[in-house]
Amino acid sequence: MLTEPYIKGGKAMLDRLQELHDEAMTKVADAKNLNDLKEVRIAYLGKKGPITEVMKGMGKLSAEERPKVGQKANEVRESVAGYIEKKEKTFEEEAMLEKLQKESIDVTLPGRPTQKGSRHPLTSVVETIEDVFIGMGFTVAEGPEVETDYYNFESLNLPKHHPARDMQDTFFLTSDLLMRTQTSPVQTRTMEKHEGQGPVKIICPGKVYRRDEDDATHSHQFMQIEGLVVDEGIRMSDLKGIFATFVKKYFGEDREIRLRPSFFPFTEPSAELDITCAMCAGKGCRTCKQTGWIEVLGSGMVHPNVLRKSGFDPEKYSGFAFGMGVERFAMLKYGIDDIRHFYTNDTRFLSQFKRV
Amino acid sequence: MLVSYQWLKEYIDIDDLSPQEIAEKLTRSGVEVDAVTDLNQGITNLVVGKVLECVKHPEADKLNLCQVDVGEGEVVQIVCGAKNVAADQYVAVAKVGARLPGGMKIKRAKLRGEVSEGMICSLQELGFESKLVAKKYSEGIFAFPQEMVAGEDALAPLGLNDTVLELDLTPNRADCLSMIGVAYEIAAILGREITLPIPAVVSSGEKASDYISVNVETSGDNPYYGATIIRGVKIGESPLWLQTILMAAGIRPINNVVDVTNYVLMEYGQPLHAFDLDRFGSAEVVVRRAREGEKMVTLDDAERTLSGEHLVITNGTDPVAIAGVMGGATSEVQNDTENILLEAAYFNDTTVRKASKDLGLRSDASSRFEKGIDPNRVAEAGIRATSLIQQLAGGQVLKGPVEFDELDRSSNEVTISLAKINGVLGTDLKVSDVEDIFTKLQFSVKEKDGTFTVAVPTRRQDITIEADIVEEVARLYGYDNIPTTLPNTPSTPGGLTEVQWKKRKARRFLEGVGLDEAISYSLTKKAKDDHFTEESVHHVDVALPMSEDRGSLRTTLLPHLLDALSHNKNRNQYNVHLYEIGSVFHSKEQTITVQPEEKTYISAAFMGLWQEHSWQGEKKVIDFFVVKGILEGLLAEWDILDIRFAQTADKKGFHPGRTASIMIDGKEIGIVGQIHPTVQKTWSLPATYVFELNVSELVNANNDTLRYQPIPKYPAIDRDIALVVDEKLTSGEVEQVIREYGGTLLTQVNVFDVYQGEHLETGKKSLAFSLRYLDPEKTLTDAEVVAVHNKVLEGLEEKLGATLRA
Repeated sequence: MLTEPYIKGGKAMLDRLQELHDEAMTKVADAKNLNDLKEVRIAYLGKKGPITEVMKGMGKLSAEERPKVGQKANEVRESVAGYIEKKEKTFEEEAMLEKLQKESIDVTLPGRPTQKGSRHPLTSVVETIEDVFIGMGFTVAEGPEVETDYYNFESLNLPKHHPARDMQDTFFLTSDLLMRTQTSPVQTRTMEKHEGQGPVKIICPGKVYRRDEDDATHSHQFMQIEGLVVDEGIRMSDLKGIFATFVKKYFGEDREIRLRPSFFPFTEPSAELDITCAMCAGKGCRTCKQTGWIEVLGSGMVHPNVLRKSGFDPEKYSGFAFGMGVERFAMLKYGIDDIRHFYTNDTRFLSQFKRV
Repeated sequence: MLVSYQWLKEYIDIDDLSPQEIAEKLTRSGVEVDAVTDLNQGITNLVVGKVLECVKHPEADKLNLCQVDVGEGEVVQIVCGAKNVAADQYVAVAKVGARLPGGMKIKRAKLRGEVSEGMICSLQELGFESKLVAKKYSEGIFAFPQEMVAGEDALAPLGLNDTVLELDLTPNRADCLSMIGVAYEIAAILGREITLPIPAVVSSGEKASDYISVNVETSGDNPYYGATIIRGVKIGESPLWLQTILMAAGIRPINNVVDVTNYVLMEYGQPLHAFDLDRFGSAEVVVRRAREGEKMVTLDDAERTLSGEHLVITNGTDPVAIAGVMGGATSEVQNDTENILLEAAYFNDTTVRKASKDLGLRSDASSRFEKGIDPNRVAEAGIRATSLIQQLAGGQVLKGPVEFDELDRSSNEVTISLAKINGVLGTDLKVSDVEDIFTKLQFSVKEKDGTFTVAVPTRRQDITIEADIVEEVARLYGYDNIPTTLPNTPSTPGGLTEVQWKKRKARRFLEGVGLDEAISYSLTKKAKDDHFTEESVHHVDVALPMSEDRGSLRTTLLPHLLDALSHNKNRNQYNVHLYEIGSVFHSKEQTITVQPEEKTYISAAFMGLWQEHSWQGEKKVIDFFVVKGILEGLLAEWDILDIRFAQTADKKGFHPGRTASIMIDGKEIGIVGQIHPTVQKTWSLPATYVFELNVSELVNANNDTLRYQPIPKYPAIDRDIALVVDEKLTSGEVEQVIREYGGTLLTQVNVFDVYQGEHLETGKKSLAFSLRYLDPEKTLTDAEVVAVHNKVLEGLEEKLGATLRA
């Protein structure tokens, strides 16, 4: 055999293997990329490689030497293979890293905007209030915006020539038809449908109209939400309880309420509802004119004439009614300072309410 | 109503309470105080000065050099520009170092070479509104109408140490349109006594009836008329106290007689009128309805045309006053007036209200009559004024007055049980609690077995029924003291109706796809609607519109949406997509007599880009199909899937080639398309697309209720075809034929390309469809698909002449 002269006995074979090992390890260490490693692997660990070659001479060794050389050969293979694998992994990781670096993007560029429109702040207020009252067992009633004098005024204890009619300057269409000045006619219409049978528990949101010159605080068209509860044994203390619940749900748990005597032709006793000012937590500021309180709605016990006209017996039934201005709620909630914004439909205004 | 705190103190002891505290108490018990205003707006160092000498400034014609005694022997020179300054006047002097309203500081100055140490003030300079300053002083400085002490503080004599409470009265509380009424109210709140004036007059031997007779033709309009004659009065300026108190109450001093009537008006809430007896024109007062078209000139020198619904005071021939509203110019009290006819009357609220409204004349008098005055104080107020006139203007009061009297002065009696009060309020009051409240109110009450019989004083005309009594008890007991409970009635299910729910779903969908919700006005200009509304639809008009722009009720939502687009475009917002849900009003009558039909519409308007250009490059201009897609999505939200879009060329205001009627169950429920270019131009808009749906019709449409379909177990087979068809043919027509021949195995048809142009014959276009075949029962074989597909192709060729594109 050609190799004969080089390999003389076990000692020589072991030395040769060590030599091959060191050679291979140096080459692996010098490898620049995966391809270099592949070459080293083929050159040293392949079937025609020098280690295999050395192994071929093992047959001539003694029984004692043979396992030693075998073991050494295996150790050399494992060592080299392990180093190659390790090196390969490093190269792969480096390659991945490089790839990832190339794929890097500028995350500060704006995200692709989703198409999302906005809910009108008045709608948002109405729906939120509807939901609070629905939760308390109310239904939502609606009625026509063109009303008759009877439903808008007479049925609500406002006969013709009553001074309180001055409180609501009216757009008349004919001597009998008008743009409703309040959502209260829906009360009468709903009570009539109940034919004198309680309970009635409704809220009535809708547009109303009054002859006002439009300016920052007046609008000839605005929105109201009317509420009505009629049943046997309804008390003024219940009105307070319902309001306390409503105010805490809508404006927040920390808000307090107070009632102040007032006047509405369709309620007696009548009351204005104030809530503690959110701006100053009731301490007094510009928003609440230093009073610590903000007026939010008008209310009262349904006037017996109103009950009677709508077919309810005031001896048997009692109830309370309330009305609130939606614009006012929206202005308080979002800090809007000009009522005309609600009806101008400027997208710079509207689009601010995408989050509501 | 302006309430002077100083004046109020004449009737009730409130020295221990500040005006702010009084205001808070009034507000909390139902008489809202809008503002509490100190009349002194920061004035300091203002004293009474006596003008010792007044000569022309040597260097300036319009200026005077005044030597003014400002007390303690100190005489200063003041240069004064007022024409009415004169020696011996007592004037208000702002000394050097003084401050005036607005923070102005008085400094030692030299005017045209003359030293000026201080300023002689006009009332306006002291913060009085011009409209409150007596004519005499309106063009110059104020001179005290009486002897004063030089050097004294001038604030108190001018009433500038006063605070005014501005009441925002509800219409029921007419009783608080008087100082006495307010005093009663405060007395009730505080539980204190009040002191009222006890007027009396010394009359002479002559009888008023020798000079005047009173004849009332319509006693319903005027149940009481009292005429007092005062002879030999001397008209002059009112004393300082009266002038300042009237100014605090917001009334301009005129002369002593008129000022007294105004004073009593404020004190009692009883309007009075003083006529010059010698200019009255006769010796008889005749109260009657005006004749139709009768004319008279009122105090403000305006000629008024009256109607038969107005009540007038006449001298038997001509009207001399509009009852309860305003006096006439001819019989007005003037500087030379000697003999007075003083009217104290009760005019019916509705009559006065009618006249005041018709004539557009609101006065302090009319606003009190029309809310109802106290019948028990009419005559007393007359006596009060007579005695004050006598005191201030002298003269002899003749025995009288001459009266017409059919006035009902009885008080209302209301009966109510304690149980009722507690039942309505949810309180637990005792008999003594309620009695205590009535005592404070000075209502006389009898109680028996828990039932109160309350005699309501006539000053409280607003209290007539049980509920009114309940309110009085509640507000004096304190609304704060009413407990907080929840109704102990059975619970009720709350919720939305189906239509309300559908409207909410529509909103969620539309805002979800990117539309902003608009709300616009219902009142519009008819001409705007006419761009779209067919003539068969009648507009409803406002009877007396405030402007042409708000003269009619809208019949469509589109014009205001276009207004909104235009508004946004003018503010450089070019990509705008809006929708609105609202009512439109359609009348079947030319002139309405019954309520018009109110329909709920959902409309939307779009201009500019649908998707804005982002840094990633894509953008999408709004076109018909963007809008149509949204519309289909919206209708699907309402389970309406079977919609037909019918091309229509004759919709008013719409582009004839880019508009479709939206048909459901063969009925038109809306429209979608581009606005006609000429209409776009009217609004200065670019290409604008809109839709408008009649929700009222839609909610009645047949719904495709959602049902689960089994997920296919077997694979589907897709085939794409590109067809060449006549360009007039619509995609819809082609699809219909495909579906017809595809039978049950054909489950989906989608257009994926439309092409016209190069490589195609003129008059032809290419439509490409993707067809999906599926058999839910088994795997389709190629042969089965080929068979059906060929039938489709044959059908297309046979029916539409469609060929496969080579």
